Amino acid sequence: MAALEIAGLAKAFDRRAVLHGVDLSVGTGALVAILGASGSGKTTLLRLVAGFERADAGTIRIDSEIASGLGVHLPPERRRIGYVAQEGALFPHLSVADNVLFGLPRRERRDRRRAAALLALTGFPASYAARGPHELSGGEQSRVALARALAPNPRLVLLDEPFAALDASLRAETRQAVAAALAAAGTTALLVTHDQAEALSMGHEVAVLREGRLVQVARPETLYRRPADTALARFVGDAVILSGHAAAGAVRCSLGRLTLAPGMPEGPVEVLVRPEQIRLVPLGELADARARVSGVTFYGHDASVFLVLCEAAESPEELSARVAGHMCPRVGEEVGLRIEGPVTVFGPERRDLRSRRADGASGQKGG
Amino acid sequence: MEQAAAPLTFAEAGRTASGRRRPRRLLLAAAAAGPLLVVLPLGEMLLEAARVDPAQLLRLLWRPLVGELLLNTIGLLVAATASAALIGTAAAWLVERTELPGRRFFAVAAAVPLAIPPFISSYAWLSLSPALEGFAGAWIVITSSYYPLVYLPVAASLRGIDPAIEETARSLGEGAAGAFFRAVLPQLRPALLGGILLVALNVLVEFGAFALLRFRTFTTELYAEYRTGFDRPAEAVLALVLLFFCLLCLIAEIRVRGRASYARIGAGVRRPITPLALGRARPAVFAGFVALIFATLGLPLGMILYWLTRHGAAAVSPAAVSASALLEATLSSVGLGLGGAALTVILALPLGLLAARYQGSLVTLFERAAFLGQGVPGIVVALALITITIRTVRPLYQTAATLVVAYAILFLPLALVSVRAAFMQAERRLEEVGHSLGLGWPGVAWRIALPLAAPGLGAAAALVFVSIVTELTATLLLAPIGTNTLAVQVWADTSTLAFAAAAPYAATMVVISLLATWLLARRFGATRLFQR
Repeated sequence: MAALEIAGLAKAFDRRAVLHGVDLSVGTGALVAILGASGSGKTTLLRLVAGFERADAGTIRIDSEIASGLGVHLPPERRRIGYVAQEGALFPHLSVADNVLFGLPRRERRDRRRAAALLALTGFPASYAARGPHELSGGEQSRVALARALAPNPRLVLLDEPFAALDASLRAETRQAVAAALAAAGTTALLVTHDQAEALSMGHEVAVLREGRLVQVARPETLYRRPADTALARFVGDAVILSGHAAAGAVRCSLGRLTLAPGMPEGPVEVLVRPEQIRLVPLGELADARARVSGVTFYGHDASVFLVLCEAAESPEELSARVAGHMCPRVGEEVGLRIEGPVTVFGPERRDLRSRRADGASGQKGG
Repeated sequence: MEQAAAPLTFAEAGRTASGRRRPRRLLLAAAAAGPLLVVLPLGEMLLEAARVDPAQLLRLLWRPLVGELLLNTIGLLVAATASAALIGTAAAWLVERTELPGRRFFAVAAAVPLAIPPFISSYAWLSLSPALEGFAGAWIVITSSYYPLVYLPVAASLRGIDPAIEETARSLGEGAAGAFFRAVLPQLRPALLGGILLVALNVLVEFGAFALLRFRTFTTELYAEYRTGFDRPAEAVLALVLLFFCLLCLIAEIRVRGRASYARIGAGVRRPITPLALGRARPAVFAGFVALIFATLGLPLGMILYWLTRHGAAAVSPAAVSASALLEATLSSVGLGLGGAALTVILALPLGLLAARYQGSLVTLFERAAFLGQGVPGIVVALALITITIRTVRPLYQTAATLVVAYAILFLPLALVSVRAAFMQAERRLEEVGHSLGLGWPGVAWRIALPLAAPGLGAAAALVFVSIVTELTATLLLAPIGTNTLAVQVWADTSTLAFAAAAPYAATMVVISLLATWLLARRFGATRLFQR
């Protein structure tokens, strides 16, 4: 059963269309990440579901109840949703406990044990209850905001880029805590983000929104390995795109003859190779191609290595590999390249769906 | 081994052992001038009161008159602060949070009444109906003149509250009203309270409006005492009671402002708010707002225009207006305004620099003393200066110089706010860069600090200028004999019910005030103006 069912949802601001007929279904207990660049309409989508904005067309059902539809607009306070705003939006005049209990009926608000239990769910000791919001770190504020959203047992929790303002170190930790709390509560959740790592690591499914259209809804692995088009391939991670010719389960390109993933088109194609698929091996070992190292960006745990192919018929637009930090070669060194795992290719019609309708969205689902 | 001394900026003299920067002695001395001037009339009044025999003092305090004045003052204080708080908050919420048609116009129109002095509003209401004398008129005039003191900070505060706060409250099951009362109103409390205290302070120090409306308060009584006999002990006691209440309000206001306001937690891009639909209430709310603007702006301006078109003889008391008298009064007002603004800004300059750059007990003391000026009624300053000049510096009695000093005492806080903010914006680092490029402190002051602070200093001067042009009390008591300003003329003609005669003076004054305020608001935004 779907906890959230969106069909044909459209919204325009000042006659500028922001969402064009979005369809999305979120199963009970699932966490779906809406991934999109700024201006893609992802926040508008969330605000329509919350009821902060009125849809121009389409329907939104929450637990089969129509929240938005022809002539129907349930105000936010009657949708039984939880909302975690950017930076938490804690009430600055209330303590942590009073923030968490805000949405409960007046009688239940006096129950301090309830607050303690809710705080424990998001990983806080009871001693936090009396603190003021300004005494919390950014990550703690997001977690309190989640506890507050979960308190009245919402049917659906909406998270609007809750981690965007956090430091990188806090972000990973807070993401984990939030995912754990959502899983423990068993609540259906919709997470809006522009950060692909966040969407891939947190979402059970990721829905990619581009210019107001859903281009792909898929499990994170599928989205990363078999994106709907080349633009999407670049959006969800670093990508090396080469032209090639596919036939009989393999594709020939400047990196040699590579194994194709199943169900790929044949003929002239574009090949997607992820940088971490490219292994650098010493010259002389078995390799698909030879290249010279033109540059290195060292991160510590790993490194990006930029490569120029030695005997390329045509020079590829960009070739980079990801290697473990301790395996980092020197600039100018010649290395052999070996491509690991099958690759994905795009036929001419799937190179970029930017200007076309998102026909591939449902087809790719569940990959 | 030789240690290089850290470069000093033009205002500092060196470092103390603890490493804290220490201001130059010259700067300290210059900064002290303003606070000393402010303390002068206060000290005079206290000395005067101390000379009164304690038994007589008690007798003077326990008079039916004092009781009546207290009752009047407190009654109006309660009524006016309540109405101003209600109207100011409602107006701010409607403008900032709803789909009220014409919001942008109303946002400005709700701030403009501050530019019209209450005695002008009194003139307008009184010329409409003499029945408005007394409490009712005083209440209307004070509310309509000073509700912007609540509106402006509350609106600014509303703009500062993350809309996500209201949305979150909605998602947690509260309706629009519930979200306002449970999530928004508690955060408006500092702004609201600060505004209320400013309204209260203005009620306490107001003189012209109450005198014209024949509503007796401490200020009007002080004036009457001065006119009838100069009974020093009685005067001192009344001034003392008035000062007590003023300082109470002032201290409370400073504490409210000082307490950590609920700052937004975290920083980031804030979404513009989705304004609330008013639905069926829309026409009624719109009509209500139009009525408010009409009562607070339309009516005063309309009455002035009405009387402008009447012949001088048409009013209750006939009086002639000549163009030369109008010109003379305008020139006097502008001249005094320029002189007062210049002196006030010169006094505020070193003090503002000191306050922006240094901390320490002496700096705090100077600043607080200067801000006392805000809580000293014009009538008390004027009476004290009269006493001082008569007793000790007779040649200065009833001269323009004394009047300009009175202005400086009254408006130093106003200038100080802008000047300090201007120096805060001009970063110290930029001065350090100046030193690194080989400038000495005069060069840094002249070529870096002053140009950076110039817009703020200009704003300070303009604010003081407007305040002086619309000031009545001190001008009335201290203006040299034969000097007629716009404010004094309006007062004189209205007192004798010569409404048509007063109109040209009132119109000129309002035009100057509105023009200057408009220029300031355009340049610096309306919120800065609510400090007055």
